[in-house]
Amino acid sequence: MTNMLRSRWWSWGFRSAVMLYFVVLIVCPILGIYGQSLSGGWSSFLDNLTEPLAWNAVLLTVKLALVATLINVAVGTMSGWVLTRYRFPGRKLLNSMVDLPFALPTAVVGLMILLLLGPRSAVGKWADSLGFTILFHQPAIVVAMVFVTFPFVIRAVQPLLEEIDASEEEAAYTMGATKAKTFFRVILPNMMPGILSGAMLAFSRALAEFGAVVLVAGNIPGRTQVASVYIFGQIESDHPAAAAAVSVLLLTFSFVILWLVNYVQTRRTAR
Amino acid sequence: MHVEVTGLNKRFGEFQAVSSVSFSIAKGQLIGLLGPSGGGKTSILRMLAGLETPDSGDIVFHGQRVNDLPPQERGIGFVFQNYALFKHMTVEGNIAFGLEVKKWSKAKIKERVAELVELTGLSGFEKRYPHQLSGGQRQRVAFARALAPEPQLLLLDEPFAAIDAKIRHELRSWLREMIDRLGITSIFVTHDQDEAIEVADEIMIISKGVLEQKGSPWEIYKDPKTPFVASFIGESTIVENIASLKGFQEAANWPGTKALIRPEYIEIGKENEFTLLSATEIGQVSHIHFRGSEWLVEIQIGDTKLVTYRSLEKDVLKVGDEVHVLVHRAYLYNEQNNWVMENALKADLLSVYI
Repeated sequence: MTNMLRSRWWSWGFRSAVMLYFVVLIVCPILGIYGQSLSGGWSSFLDNLTEPLAWNAVLLTVKLALVATLINVAVGTMSGWVLTRYRFPGRKLLNSMVDLPFALPTAVVGLMILLLLGPRSAVGKWADSLGFTILFHQPAIVVAMVFVTFPFVIRAVQPLLEEIDASEEEAAYTMGATKAKTFFRVILPNMMPGILSGAMLAFSRALAEFGAVVLVAGNIPGRTQVASVYIFGQIESDHPAAAAAVSVLLLTFSFVILWLVNYVQTRRTAR
Repeated sequence: MHVEVTGLNKRFGEFQAVSSVSFSIAKGQLIGLLGPSGGGKTSILRMLAGLETPDSGDIVFHGQRVNDLPPQERGIGFVFQNYALFKHMTVEGNIAFGLEVKKWSKAKIKERVAELVELTGLSGFEKRYPHQLSGGQRQRVAFARALAPEPQLLLLDEPFAAIDAKIRHELRSWLREMIDRLGITSIFVTHDQDEAIEVADEIMIISKGVLEQKGSPWEIYKDPKTPFVASFIGESTIVENIASLKGFQEAANWPGTKALIRPEYIEIGKENEFTLLSATEIGQVSHIHFRGSEWLVEIQIGDTKLVTYRSLEKDVLKVGDEVHVLVHRAYLYNEQNNWVMENALKADLLSVYI
């Protein structure tokens, strides 16, 4: 069997199968989108993109995804720290629950937020009494994005934290560094690659989120309509070229982020 | 600085890591903490650094009790076994860290870093990261980093353990020179007796959390105070029935006494190689091993087995050969006491055989 696998024909066959799979499943659809967006020529592509509703949707998505990512960087770094550095009852359970947002259908997430933050819920009433509404407004979109991208930063930071050598911290203490100084000068730099790559993944995932967002976003063009919902709307109203133009923008954005993540990670392994 | 430790105790759960250890170290001395692994050496070092809190006992630096001072305020430098360099900082950054923490001015930091880079022979490597350095260079960076804030006491935990044998030798003499030049009180932990003997002014032998003996390497070799020290330093064979050997019959006066005999206490050879033939035993060569620069010879005398070395210049012995064995001295010990006994017949000039 192993001899057979080693033969040139087999290895050639395997490689071609993988390549074909990759081309059919990933490359073709992506090229298709680029093709579709340009089907009406450059001018109509630019028209589709300069349509205020389109670029407003993209801009809003980027803005909200950025807010969600910043929240996750702060909370995720702290959670990762607590889950690796402290020992307390329930830690293991908490640790395994971190991955839950990955496992849940995003529509369920949307529904959960709908029920939790709706005008008739306790949180909704409390927000009402303060004079603002969460649901169908931007805060609800951010909450949905934060929930869905929660695991990224934690899971990227944890292995780095476990890797840190306790004697590195002790060395800093013997040289006179306080605990705070040691954290910022020694521990945080060690965690930085994880925070960065986790943040970038969370950001690109938040950009792309549809299921959770569509249920809680108000879908008011220019104010609470995010890009993915806009694309959906354009398809529904039979404007595939407009949908494709926005898709291409998001896709290009995601590519850049992926490349950045890769760059950060290879720089880390080179160390 | 002057270090004074009294009645130091440390327990980890059920394990007594350090038990009532007391010692004092004069300013400028280089002390080696020597003993088997897991014997409590590193715990003592870490308590001196403030990285571990003693259960009881006092640690006094310069007449000031420092038990309650955190490591940040003890004025020490610590070199870790695995160096613990900051991976994300360059050589320069690592050395400057302690100075930045102490809020030295930029110009002074630059000057001090340059001085240490020069001292540790790291010129040209200032901009490198730890992963771009060899083991020996990392060791020097760790050393420079610990020295930079001008500590009063330098603590080194197994400083050469992770370096290969050849470079270890160089680094040892380099460290010795460096510490002599700086005149800083230093304590290093090692499980390698050659290292301790070669480098240290004084050795403290530590086993099972107890300080067995403190003294210069020569004192400890010549006059071991406990059987553990005698067997730990140098090589030796234990002889159960020492009174059966010629010249040591007197040992029968102390029943239950065992002897420890070092290879260098024993001389072997053919009849014509001895002037004191009456003091020798007849033995049989049971094994010989080539040791690179000499022979290691095992000899059987009755039911006693002895081990010694023989020069390559002398006649080559074979297994089964009969040889004369002269035991110059033995280290005797029993439950209550221990002492060195010389061969009684050696002193008896009348028995010289011509």
